[in-house]
Amino acid sequence: MDSTVLYYIIPSLIMFGCGVYGFITRKNLIAILISLELMLNSVDINFVVFNRFLFPGQMEGMFFTLFAIAIAAAETALAIAIIINIFREVKNVDIENLNKLKF
Amino acid sequence: MNVVSNFIVYAVIVLAIVVFSILSVTSRKILRAATYLLFALIGTAALYFSLGYEFLGAVQLAVYAGGILVLFVFSILLTSKPGSNAEPLVSKKRWLGLTAAVAGVAVSVYALVAFFADKASNLMPLRVDMNAIGHALLGTEKFEYLLPFEAVSVLLLACIIGGIVIARKR
Amino acid sequence: MELSYSVVTILLPLFMFLFLGLVGIKLPKFVSGVIGTCAMLVTTVIAYAVALTYFFDPQYVVDGVRQPVNVLNYTWLTLGDGLTVDLGIFIDPIAAMMLIVITTISLMVHLYSLGYMHGEKGFQRYYAFLSLFTFSMLGLVVATNIFQMFIFFEMVGVSSYLLIGFYYEKPAAVSASKKAFIVTRFADLGFLIGIMLLAYYCGTFDFVELMKNPGSIVASAAGVTFLGCSAASWALALIFIGGAGKSAMFPLHIWLPDAMEGPTPVSALIHAATMVVAGVYLVARMFPMYLFTPEVLELITITGAVTALYAAVVACAQTDIKRVLAFSTISQIAFMFTALGVARPELHEGVGYMASMFHLFTHAMFKGLLFLCAGAIIHMVHSNEMDAMGNLKKYMPITHITFLIACLAIAGIPPFAGFFSKDEILVACYLQSPLWGVWMSAVAGLTAFYMFRLYYRIFWWNKPDYSHHTPHDCEWVMTLPLVLLAVVSCVAGFIPFSNFVTFDGATHHTEMNWTVAGASIAIAVVGIVIATVLYRKENPVPDRIADAVKGLHKAAYRRFYMDEVYQFVTHKIIFGIICKSIAWFDHVCVDGFMNLLARMANSAAYSIRKLQSGSIQMYVWIYLIGALVLATATFLVLI
Repeated sequence: MDSTVLYYIIPSLIMFGCGVYGFITRKNLIAILISLELMLNSVDINFVVFNRFLFPGQMEGMFFTLFAIAIAAAETALAIAIIINIFREVKNVDIENLNKLKF
Repeated sequence: MNVVSNFIVYAVIVLAIVVFSILSVTSRKILRAATYLLFALIGTAALYFSLGYEFLGAVQLAVYAGGILVLFVFSILLTSKPGSNAEPLVSKKRWLGLTAAVAGVAVSVYALVAFFADKASNLMPLRVDMNAIGHALLGTEKFEYLLPFEAVSVLLLACIIGGIVIARKR
Repeated sequence: MELSYSVVTILLPLFMFLFLGLVGIKLPKFVSGVIGTCAMLVTTVIAYAVALTYFFDPQYVVDGVRQPVNVLNYTWLTLGDGLTVDLGIFIDPIAAMMLIVITTISLMVHLYSLGYMHGEKGFQRYYAFLSLFTFSMLGLVVATNIFQMFIFFEMVGVSSYLLIGFYYEKPAAVSASKKAFIVTRFADLGFLIGIMLLAYYCGTFDFVELMKNPGSIVASAAGVTFLGCSAASWALALIFIGGAGKSAMFPLHIWLPDAMEGPTPVSALIHAATMVVAGVYLVARMFPMYLFTPEVLELITITGAVTALYAAVVACAQTDIKRVLAFSTISQIAFMFTALGVARPELHEGVGYMASMFHLFTHAMFKGLLFLCAGAIIHMVHSNEMDAMGNLKKYMPITHITFLIACLAIAGIPPFAGFFSKDEILVACYLQSPLWGVWMSAVAGLTAFYMFRLYYRIFWWNKPDYSHHTPHDCEWVMTLPLVLLAVVSCVAGFIPFSNFVTFDGATHHTEMNWTVAGASIAIAVVGIVIATVLYRKENPVPDRIADAVKGLHKAAYRRFYMDEVYQFVTHKIIFGIICKSIAWFDHVCVDGFMNLLARMANSAAYSIRKLQSGSIQMYVWIYLIGALVLATATFLVLI
């Protein structure tokens, strides 16, 4: 089957766009984190797809993805720990309540 | 025949990814959003399988779909009452998000199409040898990844400790 | 005896300063004083040995000329182009003589202070500062180069400041110490500029290098002139100003009378015998160069002569005995400067130089003695004022005799020390010009008058009320130095000084000029007789005379309003006019500009602070849009 990178990249792009949309619009911190996971995942797909189509004999993209998954797991665990801590402090996880950074 | 079945598999996977992604960011129930995310991740794993990266697909399933999702579900159950809906979105915010997402996708698609539209290639079947992966992960030569591997293991350890420290009750 | 033992002489006082300063407070008071005195005794013995070796060992005399010896030289700073600042020990006749003077007076003062300062708060601190001063002064006289001299010049200034302000709870002492420090520091600025100028034209700080061929150095700098004088003249004149500040020459003398607020032994050591002659020593050290700039020598002569007369007149009207002695010191140092100023090699083989150094030596002895006597008297009557004293000859016989010897010495009565040295100075003055000779003879007469006025007011006059406690001679530690110094004052005049200290190191022979000597004895006797008539018994005549020349007396009593002039210049003109306008400029223009900047930054920050909403999602949105715009722009450019 003749195919191009585009066949795989464009779904990944859509996934990324969903992540962006979710990140900007959602209020719940966990929902924001879910959007973040979507974006990360679409980036992983990019690595794999470019590796597969442009450098089929090598495995660098794949290993990048592998490590990215591991780091994503670590990041999520920490983020959730922080969110739970925030929940303990302010009794909900809405981002509107977290604007202490403001002037 | 093979071409047709391949196309069907491809179409199903891509459709699942796109649809579940959209659902997971638009669903107003947070637990459902997590579930849709699970499906999107499984779709991604299937994509890896179809591209010939079985090991990567397996890792995706185990770590993402198995590990991270469970974390999400736990934290959702800890932080929100089951069945409660999120408040409806402010329309201004929705427009902002939509413009950013659509504009980003549009620009990227335009750029990609401009570069890759005429570069069709025939995908040869690919077998990634597990032995090769093992050697590459634990080797110290060029294109071998012992150091990042160890670094990631230390990172995970640090992350476990950090998670405990942050989340523990004072 | 090797000359290199002089290192011990220099470093032992420094060590004692550190020792007494750091651990002295842990020791009993008297023990630390005794330790300091013993160390000073060792220093003195070694200094004597070094000086006598230098003067009597024939190996230092080549072709009849006594050679200077560089005992130690250590390069401390390299300033490039071969210009280095060294630290070291350099012994020549005047340095060796100064070693004797400093250590003698310092030892006497150490010993005397054991009694005088007994029971004072900060006894250990006092001894530590005395050691510091001795170290600095010794370092000054053995300096190998002019920069080292400057460093120690400053250090004696600091130790003088510390000792004047010893009673730092007394406001008068504090302001006196500040005044002394600031005035001398101001003069030292001239010294520093002079050093810079000299080093610029000579390329060296080293005395040996400078003195090797002073004529060519002065000639090389002659091309550059400023206000009609060559750069070399300016440099040497500025160095003289530094020395004049330290030696309290008119008009920089104002600090010395106030410096009498310090403990009296300190006045004896620093403000009579050693530190105040540092300026004379400085000019003497550079004398071969001064010879090539006669206009600067003229300046020195005039300054000296004016100061001598001024200080002598003022001394006649003072009532505080330490002030009288302070002005007498100023006058006597002015004698030394005048002698240096009139010295020329062609005039009787440079007798002025020798006379100046001779007078420095004898003056240190008898003026130190006078101050120590004054200290003993003040110790007994607890006042500095003449009116609280009188008829003390019965109560304090030893002090009386020694004070009388010192007065005779300073008045120039043979065979006491001052006669010989002052006679040489007068001879030098007459040789240069009769004007200065007559002038200085008159001042010498005044000297005899005011010293005997002081003597009679203290030891004769009437008897004030001593009923609360009867004065008596002090204990032996205070009396012994008086007696020793009195003995030295009696015999020092017979030292054949011209055999040892001359401007070129060669041995000259001077004989008494009996014409000048007879005249000076006569005028001194006249002064003494007048003083005897006026002050031997209490009588109203002195007050009547003072009333008759009321204006003059009041002016002299107020020191011809020099302090008021300084007050006016510093407060009204400098502070009031110049500083105020500068302060206005600083407040309004400089600060105003800065405030304007701050206000602008502040308002700009207020206007954009809404961007800092604290909403992460807005940040991300803005970031994304920015990234997209950049990407689009890049894309458009690439295509």
